[in-house]
Amino acid sequence: MIRLTTPITEEQIRTLKVGDEVLLNGRVVLSRDIGHKFMKEQKPEWLKPILENMVIYHCGPVVKKNEDGTWSFVAAGPTTSIREEPYQADVIETYKVRGVIGKGGMGKKTSEGLQKTGAVYLHATGGAGSLLAERVKRVVDVKMLEEFGSPEAFWIIEVEDFPLVVTMDSHGGSLHELVLQQSQDRAKALTV
Amino acid sequence: MSECVIPNLTSNEVVASKSVLPAGWKADLADLKNLDLSLPVMELLRRTTSRLPQDVIQAIVKGRDAEEVGSRAFNTLNDMVRNINLADGQVTPLCQDTGSVIFWVRHPFGLSQKATKAQIRAAVVEATKRSWLRPNCVESLSGKNSGTNMDPFHEHHPAIHFEEWDKPEVEVSVMQKGGGCENVGAQYRLPDAALGAGRDIKGVRKCIIDAVVKAQGQGCSPGILGVAIGGDRVTGYEKSKELILRKLGTANADPKMDAFEQELTKDLNTLGIGPMGYGGSTTVLGIMAEEMYRHPASFYVSISYMCWSSRRGTLSLAANSQPSYDL
Repeated sequence: MIRLTTPITEEQIRTLKVGDEVLLNGRVVLSRDIGHKFMKEQKPEWLKPILENMVIYHCGPVVKKNEDGTWSFVAAGPTTSIREEPYQADVIETYKVRGVIGKGGMGKKTSEGLQKTGAVYLHATGGAGSLLAERVKRVVDVKMLEEFGSPEAFWIIEVEDFPLVVTMDSHGGSLHELVLQQSQDRAKALTV
Repeated sequence: MSECVIPNLTSNEVVASKSVLPAGWKADLADLKNLDLSLPVMELLRRTTSRLPQDVIQAIVKGRDAEEVGSRAFNTLNDMVRNINLADGQVTPLCQDTGSVIFWVRHPFGLSQKATKAQIRAAVVEATKRSWLRPNCVESLSGKNSGTNMDPFHEHHPAIHFEEWDKPEVEVSVMQKGGGCENVGAQYRLPDAALGAGRDIKGVRKCIIDAVVKAQGQGCSPGILGVAIGGDRVTGYEKSKELILRKLGTANADPKMDAFEQELTKDLNTLGIGPMGYGGSTTVLGIMAEEMYRHPASFYVSISYMCWSSRRGTLSLAANSQPSYDL
């Protein structure tokens, strides 16, 4: 088990390999469909200090506003990452992002982006909304809440021992690619 | 990390004690015109969003116990059981994607569908306010979120299907269908040359295998498949969803289809996709297939993929008794 704390250096990221189990600590920035389109097309400057050497989490949480005006996360598991495939590599490069958390894995373009910039794809258990929300210690801030709506906003959170597995590394390795090929071969055998 | 987590759901008594319904609430089915379903439906949603059906939990545990102890597949299924326990204990959503909310209402003659629809919508709005449901209804082009789970254009969300029946009882089933698994559903038109799939059961089988391979872990495997053979583009998909209401482990009424389901489930679990696509032998928890009639020129195979967090439940209202919840 490898403990990582954001911000993360490129050097730290380059040591990670597919299959490594990671417990992530520190700040994480949530973004999904609208946010990724926005980042690729508009490249807002104000996000740069928020994202540099940080980790993006593909997640649209269930949130609760507390009486004192602060927010809590009620359920916060990963959403399917492949929808961000057209944007992810550019986002990683533009903002020097070191990690992307999601589920289901991503494609070739993202893998190339991970290799080029020095970043990893970290897989979280899909559907484990309550379990993962428990590891969210604090909601630090939220950007674009009015504009994007709560599931799509840039939530900035602090996590403690957030359980993840490296499924795509910065050297071109991908567990998803491997499982896909094996299952395709098996499917051929099943349908002769 | 390798210990087997035991499913440990709160007792029905404790769940009932947290109900939003006033103690002793009973439905007056003699006065259908004034029946108000909003509170019992809210209670149904409180349960379905936080409490996985027993048959689904059993299937997940069975899958976990068949995986190698300490493997990624084992640990992932174990985490799923942990999440099930936690969400139930806290009464918080099992998954942040509380899904598109789909209702099936079965009712006797005399119930107003218009009034029922308004009551169900009110229940969904309130459940959203209480953070049991995430606001999951956005304008398609602008992406603007209505914030309430209501579709302001045409009232298409939540989807509500009505069926009048001859029984005196009223039943409301609900399914919370996540977007990730909805995206990996597929509809095939046979014959399909690329798949080499003809208009027969072998062809249907090829479609299902193809859909599961394409889905990989993206629909949050292990999944449950609803498969409608025939129908048209709309009725096929509609049926494929409704089929997922069937409990895992119950037999298909058609023995031939039952054998087909069981054999294919075994085969799909040799694909090696596993929980969340990490690899492993638990790729699907079950298949629910049904044959429909079709136009002679059309042969559709419609597949709905339900994630492992198969949130569904049924509320039953019988005369002069308290509402019962089956999930």
